[in-house]
Amino acid sequence: MDPKQTFLSWPVVRQVRSGDFLGRGPSVTSKRTRELTPRTVTADRVVQSVCPYCAVGCGQRVFVKDERVVQIEGDPDSPVSRGRLCPKGSASEQLVNSPGRQRKALYRRPGAADWEPIELSKAVEMIAQRFVDTRRRTWQDHDEHGRPLRRTMAIASLGGATLDNEENYLIKKLFTAAGAIQIENQARI
Amino acid sequence: MQDLSNADCIVIQGSNMAECHPVAYQWVMEARLKGARVIHIDPRFTRTSATADKHIPIRAGSDVVLLGALINHIISNELYFKEYVVAYTNAATLVSPEFQDTEDLDGLFSGYDDEKGSYKQDTWAYASADGEGDESPGTIGGPAAVHEHGQTESERSAGEQHGSGGPALEHARVLRDETLQDPNTVFQILKRHYSRYTPEMVADACGISVDDFHYLAEAVTENSGRERTTAFVYAVGWTQHTLGAQFIRTAAIVQLLLGNMGRPGGGIMALRGHASIQGSTDIPTLYNLLPGYLAMPVAGLHDTWEAYLGAIANKEQKGFWANADTYAVSLLKAWWGKAATAENNWRFDYLPRLSGAHGTYQTTMAMLDGEVEGYFLLGQNPAVGSAHGRMQRRAMSHLKWLVVRDFNMIESATFWKDGPEIVSGELVTEDIETEVFFLPAAAHTEKSGSFTQTQRMLQWHHQAVQPPGDCQSELQFFYELGRRVRELLADSTDERDRPLLDLTWDYPTDGHGEPDAEAVLAEINGRHLTGDKAGQPLSSYTEMKADGSTEGGCWIYTGVYADGVNHAANRKPGREQDLTALEWGWAWPANRRILYNRASADPDGKPWSERKKYVWWDEEQGRWTGHDVPDFVPDKAPTYRPEPGTGGPAGLAGDDPFVMQADGKGWLFTPKGMLDGPLPTHYEPQESPVRNPLYGQQSNPARKVFPRKDNLWSPSGGERGSEVYPFVFTTYRLTEHHTAGGMSRWLPYLAELQPEFFCEVSPELAAERGLENGGWATIVSARTAIEARVLVTERMTPLVVGGHTIHQVGLPYHWGVGKEALVSGDAANDLLGVALDPNVQIQESKAGSCDIVAGRRPQGEALLRLVEEYQSRAGSTVMTGNVLVTPPEEESR
Ligand code: SF4
Repeated sequence: MDPKQTFLSWPVVRQVRSGDFLGRGPSVTSKRTRELTPRTVTADRVVQSVCPYCAVGCGQRVFVKDERVVQIEGDPDSPVSRGRLCPKGSASEQLVNSPGRQRKALYRRPGAADWEPIELSKAVEMIAQRFVDTRRRTWQDHDEHGRPLRRTMAIASLGGATLDNEENYLIKKLFTAAGAIQIENQARI
Repeated sequence: MQDLSNADCIVIQGSNMAECHPVAYQWVMEARLKGARVIHIDPRFTRTSATADKHIPIRAGSDVVLLGALINHIISNELYFKEYVVAYTNAATLVSPEFQDTEDLDGLFSGYDDEKGSYKQDTWAYASADGEGDESPGTIGGPAAVHEHGQTESERSAGEQHGSGGPALEHARVLRDETLQDPNTVFQILKRHYSRYTPEMVADACGISVDDFHYLAEAVTENSGRERTTAFVYAVGWTQHTLGAQFIRTAAIVQLLLGNMGRPGGGIMALRGHASIQGSTDIPTLYNLLPGYLAMPVAGLHDTWEAYLGAIANKEQKGFWANADTYAVSLLKAWWGKAATAENNWRFDYLPRLSGAHGTYQTTMAMLDGEVEGYFLLGQNPAVGSAHGRMQRRAMSHLKWLVVRDFNMIESATFWKDGPEIVSGELVTEDIETEVFFLPAAAHTEKSGSFTQTQRMLQWHHQAVQPPGDCQSELQFFYELGRRVRELLADSTDERDRPLLDLTWDYPTDGHGEPDAEAVLAEINGRHLTGDKAGQPLSSYTEMKADGSTEGGCWIYTGVYADGVNHAANRKPGREQDLTALEWGWAWPANRRILYNRASADPDGKPWSERKKYVWWDEEQGRWTGHDVPDFVPDKAPTYRPEPGTGGPAGLAGDDPFVMQADGKGWLFTPKGMLDGPLPTHYEPQESPVRNPLYGQQSNPARKVFPRKDNLWSPSGGERGSEVYPFVFTTYRLTEHHTAGGMSRWLPYLAELQPEFFCEVSPELAAERGLENGGWATIVSARTAIEARVLVTERMTPLVVGGHTIHQVGLPYHWGVGKEALVSGDAANDLLGVALDPNVQIQESKAGSCDIVAGRRPQGEALLRLVEEYQSRAGSTVMTGNVLVTPPEEESR
């Protein structure tokens, strides 16, 4: 028997002493586990957020260290979720940090077999140009009875339903002013 | 959400709440711990069923028969909440004697127009107090209704004419018989309409035994009334049908009859699927709406400002929609600022016009016809998530340019090189001329903004870190795009560019170019423009004016920024508040958590019972008070009676709780607005192995169909060829994935938890088709064939319907074919065709016909040949399933 181990460190005694009667808590943790510090403790700050997946809207706490999200947990303050998250909400740290996440703008030329890199601002400029050109080319002022239409039927959009209200507002505002009416959303699906 | 814990009985139908809204489900469990009865009605046995008191398996698409039988049971056994029904619903209201029911016309209502495939709604109107022959634009939904005149000029069968909240009625001069005996009362019409919806019919159509029906009927009726309440919960299991809106209407009738609307533990809980899907309807990125459910103008209907106002805001109707002019003017002021003046009708002419339905599926078909050049996909993956994936991908290959904004390289961004049509040889990468931009998106932790969750509550999420690399919020991208487009047009003298150049498009940005989301929220909330309060935020939509002195981007959200405070960011911990938790987030309208909560008190303003006390009239203070923000004019006494003919909110009596309805009543019968009938009626799905047991009319005669070679259907209900696709398939989702997988199939944890596409089949079907658990199966519909791993499970129950055994196949739809996700597989939605609900243009994805055989599907051309071989064996032609009114020779079969 290891001389450092005493009667008090016998498993059963350990369990009783620590109140861990089911033997799933401190009485059975390994040295490695005891030496780990949760990321939530060493974080620089905690930011209140909302789960981006489903419409239950569970509260989240986002833990940030060195300007990186290091952990996302349920917010016990939320009267809706009371600290709980489902598998998706619990995985949202990976949504942010997943190695497969795209971080660069890409461009595919007509007929090309693959992507090529593109400067973000160049891409936005090209899109703006196409937006204006398409709109000009396909403008409908009136229908066949002379009633006003003021629109283009050649620009459309389909949005997911995890966009912010403020984002949807700007999208609707810009498209409507541009006369593009075919704006749609997951909400219709 | 929390209010579900107040229910005494919860019926979950069309939803697998435990798996799809898991954290909300704790409130159902809490109710059950307190003794509530929980019943799950669903084709599959799921974790929701496992934790319910009872699971009742149902044939997908037959819900109206079950709920209609419940209505019949409630009425014929006089189990309805009499006082509530008489006072708060339109049960006592008389309907035009010209109305003819589906009982009279074998499955059609009066007013069906064969040529247009849609209804003219004038015979559904309330009878007029002014007697017949009243030609003034007066009767509610009456023959002279302004709307109907307009509608004859345009495609009548499109849901886009009304914003929401019900259509405008012209006034409220109605006839009522409070004894409910007059044969023309809504109540008597309802009774006749559902008289053949019996427990035996339920057994025959839904595959639900008479005993199970009685279990349900007893649970629901015993747990309703003064002392008790029952809640219904649904999700897309109800909406994704060719009569989806009517499924929900049927539940609304049940809940109104039982007096469960507007009361704690009652109501109908719509479980919406995505973080802000409610928000994207409120501030719509939808073609037919402007923010706050104002209608987009329609050519021919709303050519002038006066015509538009007349349609959205009739001053003679009761309720808050009568003030829609103030909402519309405030919106136009928010968008076009100083350029919008009374003289130019607030620049109403700047709004583009609709000319029919322009939903996402119509747009897809327009792409195939080469009419769409540019397409933006904003966190959406239609190649996997929309019905008929093949049509979606082929459509995108016709675009000139495509912008995909997402976190991950989704299948909709790579269809031109990795899509199944490239593999099958139908499309060739080099021939696809589409220019594609992929722009990476910022995550919720990398931007600030609000989501509106399923119970209309806005919650703010704060930016925690900067987005990495090129990642950007939509806010920044669209702000920037708008800026550049305006720059490009800056010198334009073309009148058509004025709406863009006059647009208010000036938001403060941070050092990284990110617009201040709170500034956008403040615009949405609205502000005073003139007077001493100029510049101050509005605190309620009732402050909005139609004279240009206020602006506000979405009237129903007014109040979220009252006093310049972002109330969406309110975060008083739940444990420091009561269950309603009014200081957490902000719910529209006016931070109200239960709509129509005036109905939680009796006509005199007293709670129906101590146990179900929620909002009541405080006689001493002369105000409504309670646990929630009262959904009523705060100081309008229960005894208040308006002068006859008064419109607007003042026209509502002190006991008219349904303040958004044009007559202040809960509508059992919809005199106007529902395009496929004033009462929900059972029709079979577009594709069904079953003949409609109730009427000669097989399917919804007003459904939207698209007869095209690339959108073929299986023959239905005993027609020749229907045996080729003998089984019913239904699609659904899993806890571990999200929609088309864009936010889940790239995450190692979630991908590992649900790595592979599978199909659920019963042991009986497995035996019949030689399917092995863990092996492969090929599922064939009239559109395509896909392969999936087989899960043989008793969770699927074969049902006996119309004397035949019906097998159902369950398909989770999260996977897609591509090379970039951690897990991929065939997409279940590829099996679907496009047929839509006429009211909301949502596709039928919860019920279709298929065959299933053991083994993997063929690849390449062989796959196309297999699908064609099935089509020709079934004899499917472009017209199969697409004849709206069932011809008499088929009815007799
Ligand atoms: S944690 Fe789960 S239940 Fe909660 S909002 Fe996120 S996805 Fe929905």
